Amino acid sequence: MKLSRWLPLAIFLALGLLLAAGVWMSRNPDREALPSPLIGKPAPDFALPSLHEPQRTITLRELRGQPFVLNVWASWCVECRVEHPVLTRFAETRRVRVIGYDWQDERADALRWLEQFGNPFWVVVADADGKAAIDWGVYGAPETFLVDRAGVIRWKHVGPLDDGIIANELLPALQRAEASR
Amino acid sequence: MKFAALLLPLLLFAGAAFAQPATPDAPLQFRDAAEEARFHALASELRCVMCQNQSLADSNAQIARDLRGEILQLMRRGQSDAQIEQFLVARYGEFVLYKPRVEAGTWLLWFGPALILLAGAFVVVGIVRRRSRATIANDEPQEW
Repeated sequence: MKLSRWLPLAIFLALGLLLAAGVWMSRNPDREALPSPLIGKPAPDFALPSLHEPQRTITLRELRGQPFVLNVWASWCVECRVEHPVLTRFAETRRVRVIGYDWQDERADALRWLEQFGNPFWVVVADADGKAAIDWGVYGAPETFLVDRAGVIRWKHVGPLDDGIIANELLPALQRAEASR
Repeated sequence: MKFAALLLPLLLFAGAAFAQPATPDAPLQFRDAAEEARFHALASELRCVMCQNQSLADSNAQIARDLRGEILQLMRRGQSDAQIEQFLVARYGEFVLYKPRVEAGTWLLWFGPALILLAGAFVVVGIVRRRSRATIANDEPQEW
């Protein structure tokens, strides 16, 4: 009899704990970012024109051999402008090649954007209709991928990079990618 | 009659307002009603990756538009619904499916409610049994 009297309180506490766990688990500000199923898989091949020399086609195969960071951006993307100084600082360390992926953009706008804010990229490929980006699971800009020297995607970030994400996620992932072979 | 004349331009404007969101990008052209029905059934089963509480069929996001175009192309290439779903899952993850697949990782999700129902049934059976035993025990001295 005593025990069953406490039962409602116990159930209430259990529900409270469940709620607290839910709140705790949603503390991650990137909780809406989709985990990419492509991590650990070979990067999808692409053959896209260079933004600066449209007659030149750049394929994924050409980029292999050394790891690289692929940054999906566009001139219409406001968050990309927020991310730009961070990305520029990172690219200037010359730790790894940073490839730009100009997504669903007008060529003239993209060139003007780079002229205005500076071009941190080793090379920029232009995906005007966004077809190739579907294979990469891109659904917004900015997105950033880390591809190792064998062409396997090791890490992905959805949304603008900041110094903390580079130091705590990107660089360790790069170190792991380099150490594994 | 005067009233109708007043109402007519209003109706025309209403039509223009409704048609507006579809104009920026050309809407998809379907070959026949069957294709359109299949497309809508498929697109409403898939989640938009950008605006995550809308289906691919409802969403106005650019990526949803692109993916709708991609789905129609895959359909015309003769791919089955399952193949098209797999195409999207391989790129965007299980998240795009409103109906998660039955596999080891989703067993709890699929069968959890049945387990809870079963647990409830056990509790009810337990209570009923204890009560019936208690009444029999109470009755015993009276009967003898």
